[in-house]
Amino acid sequence: MTEPAITARGLRKSYPGKNGDKIVLDGVDLTVPAGTIFALLGPNGAGKTTTVQILSTLIPADAGTVRIAGHDLARAPDEVRGAIGVTGQYSAVDKLLTGRENLLLMADLHHLPRKQGKRTADALLERFDLVEAAGRPASTYSGGMRRRLDLAMTLVGDPRVIFLDEPTTGLDPRSRRTMWQIVRDLVATGVTIFLTTQYLEEADQLADRIALLDHGRLIAEGTADELKRLIPGGHVTLTFADADRLGAAHRIVGTGAADPQALTLQVPGDGGADALRDLLVALDEHAVAVAGVAVHTPDLDDVFLTLTGQTKENAR
Amino acid sequence: MTTPTLALRDSSTMVRRQLKRLVRYPSMTIQLIVTPVVLLLLFVYVLGGTLGTGLGGGTGGRSAYVNYVVPGILLLAVVTAATGTAVMVATDMTEGIIARFRTMRISRGSVLTGHVVGSVVQQLLGMAALFGIAFAIGFRPNATAVEWLAAVGLLTLFAVAITWLAVALGLRSPTPESASNAPMPLILLPFLGSGFVPTDSMPTALRWFADYQPFTPIMETLRGLLLGTPIANSATLALTWCTAITALSYLWAKKTFTKP
Repeated sequence: MTEPAITARGLRKSYPGKNGDKIVLDGVDLTVPAGTIFALLGPNGAGKTTTVQILSTLIPADAGTVRIAGHDLARAPDEVRGAIGVTGQYSAVDKLLTGRENLLLMADLHHLPRKQGKRTADALLERFDLVEAAGRPASTYSGGMRRRLDLAMTLVGDPRVIFLDEPTTGLDPRSRRTMWQIVRDLVATGVTIFLTTQYLEEADQLADRIALLDHGRLIAEGTADELKRLIPGGHVTLTFADADRLGAAHRIVGTGAADPQALTLQVPGDGGADALRDLLVALDEHAVAVAGVAVHTPDLDDVFLTLTGQTKENAR
Repeated sequence: MTTPTLALRDSSTMVRRQLKRLVRYPSMTIQLIVTPVVLLLLFVYVLGGTLGTGLGGGTGGRSAYVNYVVPGILLLAVVTAATGTAVMVATDMTEGIIARFRTMRISRGSVLTGHVVGSVVQQLLGMAALFGIAFAIGFRPNATAVEWLAAVGLLTLFAVAITWLAVALGLRSPTPESASNAPMPLILLPFLGSGFVPTDSMPTALRWFADYQPFTPIMETLRGLLLGTPIANSATLALTWCTAITALSYLWAKKTFTKP
């Protein structure tokens, strides 16, 4: 078996604070197989960015060992730097330079021959839909364009391991979807992607494996499906016009929790279209009129509520 | 490629980055050229008549003062530019692009070298403009070609030294605003030396400071090279100061930059 792209054991990091040291990472272990997408999911302040900063050689860990692309982070940081690419939460483009100049700067810093650098830059501008904006300073770009340029710059050096720190935070839904497609296309070329996000949906859409980080500790790790099984939160809420209909519906469905006060019936389920249709058809066959339907799918709040047993406020 | 070759290549890439940025954002360069020119005109036309007479010896008056004041204004131009460099470096450090550079396999100090060379090029342009205006208003040096070369060489060394110091100060500053204050004391040094009046007209304590601070031997050496006044040991002192400031500031800047 080949070596995983990233292995981290016992990562610790704390910063001195007013009331003693603030522990940011408290013994984190990670294994990311080569050629997969790994998502580190957690709320603000969980330690996601600190993890990326350590793995990408920006800051040293207080304790722990890391191997990336076959190199020891502490002993051969330059070898690690040669194998990785990082696109951070805050756009890492030179705003005074144009899109093409930013890409050519990266090509020069990767010591590509002039001609090859130009070819690479042009190909990336094409691939990331930035050809028209190539001659404009990056300061005039929209958030989505800047993020695309940022990722394009990361790709100039053909990195084998790519870190994406909250790649879609602050983007509109359309730009978010574009970015997702770009990430999927990337992993199809064999690179390994380590991404952090606060959106469960994003991890669900993209990642082969997801780890949940909370207060500097990993509280769960697995595939999206494995994690969802840990979360009971999904249900459909049906509203009825009167207590008779509610009672009838409860008998027909045979499960769920009825609330006579609110005239609602909560039916557990994943909220999928098939399950929902079956439910409504069954009620329709018995001529029970449904006044309203609401679908509740599990989200990050549910994950944290369930796995940490904390209230929403404390989890944030 | 060997490590020094890589460092040179990365540094020249960063110099190109910096020069492009300066072209894209010319208001800073223009300000750096205009400010010393305005100061030169103020000193020569407003104060020069009186100050020139006080110089004693020779013809005196405004025409003598133009010759006297040019080296001081040149150094003032460099320290004014240093303020701009410190702000530019501090601003740059707040940008995500620096984090990107740090995660790349490139020579660590190359981005700083880019700032220094870019800024020194900017300052040499400013000095050329300053010399032009000075000639137009009566600056009459008697330097030979070799003396001119030596003067430009010393000015370049001084610019490199002060710019590395400005880079270090910019890196140490938490915000661009505080970076603009850090080099302020340097602006006083041409005044608290032989830049605008001879030091022997000053009170004893001030005179002692003025004679021994780094700017005075540099200005005296420039004066000697351009106008033929006595240099004595000023040249050695000037070169020593420039080398020492460069070395210490370079180490300080590099340490601050590479510290995570």
